[in-house]
Amino acid sequence: MKIIATIKRTPQRDTRMKLTPEGGLVTDQLQYEVNPFDELAVEEGLRLREKHGGEVIAVTVGPAGLSEQLQTALAMGADRALRVDTDQPLDPLQTATALAAAVRKESPDLVLMGKLAIDAENGQVPLMLAELLDWPHASFASKIEVDPAAKIARVTCEVDGGLETVEVGLPAVITTDLRLNEPRYASLPGILKAKKKPSDVMPLAEVADLPEQGLKVAAYHTLPPRQAGEIVESVEELAARLIAKNLV
Amino acid sequence: MSDVLIVLIPGGETPSRSELAALGFGLKAAGLVGGACDALLLGPNASSAAAGVAEHGARTVLVGDHADLAKPTGEAHAAAIGAVAKSGGYRLVAGPATTAMRDCLPRVAARLKAPMASDVLALGECDGSKIGITKPSFSGNLLADVDLVGPAAVATCRASSFDPPAATGAAAPIKAAELPATLAHARKKFVEMNRTPLERPELTEADTVVSGGRGTRGAEGFKLLEELADVLGAAVGASRAVVDAGWMPNDFQVGQTGKVIAPKLYIGCGLSGAIQHLAGMRNSKTIVAINKDANAPIFEVADYGLVADLFEAVPALTAAVKKHRG
Repeated sequence: MKIIATIKRTPQRDTRMKLTPEGGLVTDQLQYEVNPFDELAVEEGLRLREKHGGEVIAVTVGPAGLSEQLQTALAMGADRALRVDTDQPLDPLQTATALAAAVRKESPDLVLMGKLAIDAENGQVPLMLAELLDWPHASFASKIEVDPAAKIARVTCEVDGGLETVEVGLPAVITTDLRLNEPRYASLPGILKAKKKPSDVMPLAEVADLPEQGLKVAAYHTLPPRQAGEIVESVEELAARLIAKNLV
Repeated sequence: MSDVLIVLIPGGETPSRSELAALGFGLKAAGLVGGACDALLLGPNASSAAAGVAEHGARTVLVGDHADLAKPTGEAHAAAIGAVAKSGGYRLVAGPATTAMRDCLPRVAARLKAPMASDVLALGECDGSKIGITKPSFSGNLLADVDLVGPAAVATCRASSFDPPAATGAAAPIKAAELPATLAHARKKFVEMNRTPLERPELTEADTVVSGGRGTRGAEGFKLLEELADVLGAAVGASRAVVDAGWMPNDFQVGQTGKVIAPKLYIGCGLSGAIQHLAGMRNSKTIVAINKDANAPIFEVADYGLVADLFEAVPALTAAVKKHRG
């Protein structure tokens, strides 16, 4: 099986973002990592390869600095990497269009993607990609079983109200959710091997029909502060407060 | 090109509070862009829920019932919505940020070659060329003001951030939506839905939520939380750690990647309050934290904090509420 796992770089988990007075992000000295949901996608790709054979290609869209996150995927065990090169910030539909060009070039059996990037919190690119390719998709996967001979994936999806199971014919796009797996750490030999693995670059100019940017972030701001309230000394006191406010 | 289409996949025969809140978002957006708001109801409950939606200010209620929507997939929903959106030439196509809508609207956006905003919290400046919205970003730690530029746009809205519109006293006409003959994707099929049995109110609909973290130590602790919830008529929620440990089903998870809720009263028990969890409940009107650890971050956002062992405090609170209610 040929599997693509896509990667976005996001600021390290639990980073408190700083803002400029104009509402821009302060990005100097930010430490980046692979978006946690994309790490699950890489891990699942590796597990499927270990079971069914084939190769895992880590794909991203963005500037040269992203090579660091691709190296992480290669060190985990991905076979090679492909980056669609651009310095300009792309919106989700543009990103999906660029990824569609990379996917068409590789013709994989499966594209695995994190369900959400923890920075922009859009959760749009995977389904936009599936639509542009006219492929089926499965979202929020907590279990993926592939039958490569029948070209079918059976996916358990975490949805409101319970767990839904769907079957998608391959090729397909599947998005990964929290409980799908536990991503492995890159081993030292893995890190050393990663440097020798092939890493290709595709210029953004090769992407046909890149749409105009339609989503533009005008400014960021901090949440209205929520003040810490009162520490009560006993359950009786707590109950009295809630009763006084007519909440219970 | 200045009308708004609100898409709902009704869960029951009458519209829920959060479904009507999404219509409230649509009416507000339509007011800002200078158009009318239509509602598109999809699926087996569409016909029965239509009357309840029609009384709340939509111009027209379109009902899309179709064999391919009996056991629907995101692809089928996207095909239905895409067809109605294209024929109606809507300025904005939107729905509540449920998993079902998040599983189809990005496909609709790609079909329409339109930008999309996810999880809209507020509407900003809108004019002929853009729709301004505010949405969460960076694990809910920042808000982003975003412009959707172009002739059409797609959005999901956070229902807890909008009010359901009052009944107008007049009913909008209800019409059948014109849908393509086939909605199903040839290579996708629905297999089964394993519904979590629900004995209490749904998390996103409840006025009161009693939620537990790792401090509950599993089923034994959750039983105490459930007893309190039953006295309060509350929903039960859980932290990610609890769901990961398999103590509670996944759709009980409150947080950035679980349910985002804003009840009148949130009682967090044995919960430390990771930022991803706070992103899911920080808009609750009143927050109560019960935790043994006085340094737990949840105390920084709690209106009332009690440093105590939940195994003693929760049953005592249940008893106090029972006594108060007589």
